[in-house]
Amino acid sequence: MRAYTPKDNVQAKAYYTDRFYVSPQVPRHDVSSDEVFAADLETISSKFTVNESYIEVGQMVVYINASDIYGVLELVRDELSYTQLTEMSAIDWLAKDNTFEIFYQMLSMTKRKRIRIKYSIQNGQAVDSVNKLFRSADWSEREMFDMFGIEANNHPFMKRILMPYDWQGHPLLKTYPLQGDEFAAWYEVDKIYGKEARDIIGPEIRDTANIDRYDSERFARLGFEQPKGTKITGDEEPTVQTYQEDGGVFLITKFDKDASKIVDDPQR
Amino acid sequence: MAQIKNRLTPFFENITFDREDNELVLNFGPQHPSAHGQLRLMLHLQQEQIVKAHPDVGYLHRGMEKMAENMIYNEFMPTTDRMDYIASSSNNYGFALAVERLIGLEVPRRAKVIRMMLLEINRLMSHLFWLATTALDIGAMTVFLYAFREREYLMDIIEGYCGARLTHAAIRIGGVPLDIQDDFLHQLRSFLNKLPQNIKDYEDLLDSNRIWLMRMEEVGTVSTEMALSWGCTGPMLRASGVAWDLRKEEPYELYDEVEFNVPWSDKGDNFARYRIYMEEMRESAKILYQTIEMYERCVKDGQTDLMAHAPKYISAPKLDIMTQNYSLMQHFVLVTQGMRPPVGEVYVATESPKGELGFFINSQGGPYPYRLKLRAPSFWHTGILTDLLPGHYIPDVVSIIGTTNIVFGEVDR
Repeated sequence: MRAYTPKDNVQAKAYYTDRFYVSPQVPRHDVSSDEVFAADLETISSKFTVNESYIEVGQMVVYINASDIYGVLELVRDELSYTQLTEMSAIDWLAKDNTFEIFYQMLSMTKRKRIRIKYSIQNGQAVDSVNKLFRSADWSEREMFDMFGIEANNHPFMKRILMPYDWQGHPLLKTYPLQGDEFAAWYEVDKIYGKEARDIIGPEIRDTANIDRYDSERFARLGFEQPKGTKITGDEEPTVQTYQEDGGVFLITKFDKDASKIVDDPQR
Repeated sequence: MAQIKNRLTPFFENITFDREDNELVLNFGPQHPSAHGQLRLMLHLQQEQIVKAHPDVGYLHRGMEKMAENMIYNEFMPTTDRMDYIASSSNNYGFALAVERLIGLEVPRRAKVIRMMLLEINRLMSHLFWLATTALDIGAMTVFLYAFREREYLMDIIEGYCGARLTHAAIRIGGVPLDIQDDFLHQLRSFLNKLPQNIKDYEDLLDSNRIWLMRMEEVGTVSTEMALSWGCTGPMLRASGVAWDLRKEEPYELYDEVEFNVPWSDKGDNFARYRIYMEEMRESAKILYQTIEMYERCVKDGQTDLMAHAPKYISAPKLDIMTQNYSLMQHFVLVTQGMRPPVGEVYVATESPKGELGFFINSQGGPYPYRLKLRAPSFWHTGILTDLLPGHYIPDVVSIIGTTNIVFGEVDR
């Protein structure tokens, strides 16, 4: 029976994991261990619901509710001096529980601290745009939409940013294969030459290691070389290769494979 | 094979006139010599003044984040070279540091010194390249040739170290692969001795040059609020009145042991950015002199380790692999299956020549990162053009793009 490959995550997977292997966890510390973070968390939790919070690798992580994001970012910007939204994007957990996790990476230059604000949304749910608070979210949210298909409400220009406008599919989803899908393979052919040219041109080969052994125009087969354009049937004779110039070169006479003697005595 | 007729209609006119309100839409790029890559700017013009700008990126999108999810950690290292390909070691370093923080590795001192040398050489290379291309865009051909000459010396030094000129892959997770070659310090020192005079030459050509000043002063002014709101970092932010350098504020490697200044300005215009790049080159030279001394002290103290000792994640030194069975087994597993960092998340930011280069890694304990987000500074330095360009004139576009120092390998990733 063929091995079952899950369709909800088609990314590369470890081909072997020890049965008894338990991966360690990056140590998480209590927020009270850092007084700056503790005060920040106090301010946030006095106005909004905080579901979970901890310190990981020197940065505080705060889980909030999806509907609070605009208010929380406004609060941390105006009252807690986290003046820069360094980065925001999503993590795909669709295979696990049909959710996306959205993270906002904030930086305070006066405190020299970084916090990460996170929340989960259901698949298909939109997020609130924070473009009015941080202009950098304008492009981040567009990138997130492009890569995951998560829309941002109240965004002034919710369009794709890196992929073409008429692209189908969202590349960073775990269900999207690395080499691209069927649409990707025909995109340029359809666009440049039209659908009627599909038979002549064929799909775009997106596997960089692809070799077509029946194509003598572009590929040579080592040991079975044929002139360019030959129709390959597969039952070609091996090409006999000789590396000796006609008439020999200095000090070397004509090499004859049959006349040569193979030394098979290892003690010779 | 017969030619297949394509559907691309000849598009010889770059301009549309079909508007009634006198507004003209100009397509700047995606193939434009002064756009420093594949940047398409849709500019709405009233006469020569820009009323609306719409940057369009993605022409160099290779899906690095997707690739990272399908590669083991060490395999991804050469891919990071292709982000900011002007200073590729700084990308290598950002990624290596992120994984090291995730694992909790401490890198040997000698490797740290070599890394700092590489980072500062890369910063000099990047800034020289910036100066050359921006000066060329403005019309100063001489500066272009001078700056490229100096950059060539640096590329020779780097080539001697890692064998590559642009895509170095010179840093490994856990340290550096090689010690510096015999004449590295000598070459570096003789370059640094000449550098102050070279920088002075550029400044003599540019600082009081009337054309340069007219194109640079009071053009492309970014206010502090705008820079913060748009997530600007690096020279873009420092020119706008915020003295924020991650090497000083969140020191990594041995930056807390070296002395250097953080040049900043509150003008926010093109000229302020130009001055900051020039001053930063001097500061980099200062750091490099100090790293040379640090390296010599390492040699004297007999610190020879170049890679961290962590058999679970990092291969043993070559000598051990060749002589000890267990090291060889570890090495084989690490090469074929890859290291498995602990479950967790990390965001690590470093000061690349362009600004804050961040790597966000979400690891689920597997040999492949579950999610890797590349935070490239140029992405937002391109985005800010939306708000920065309106009000300026067409020739200013070129000088503003120049001083934002965007690299499209990094914008599109």
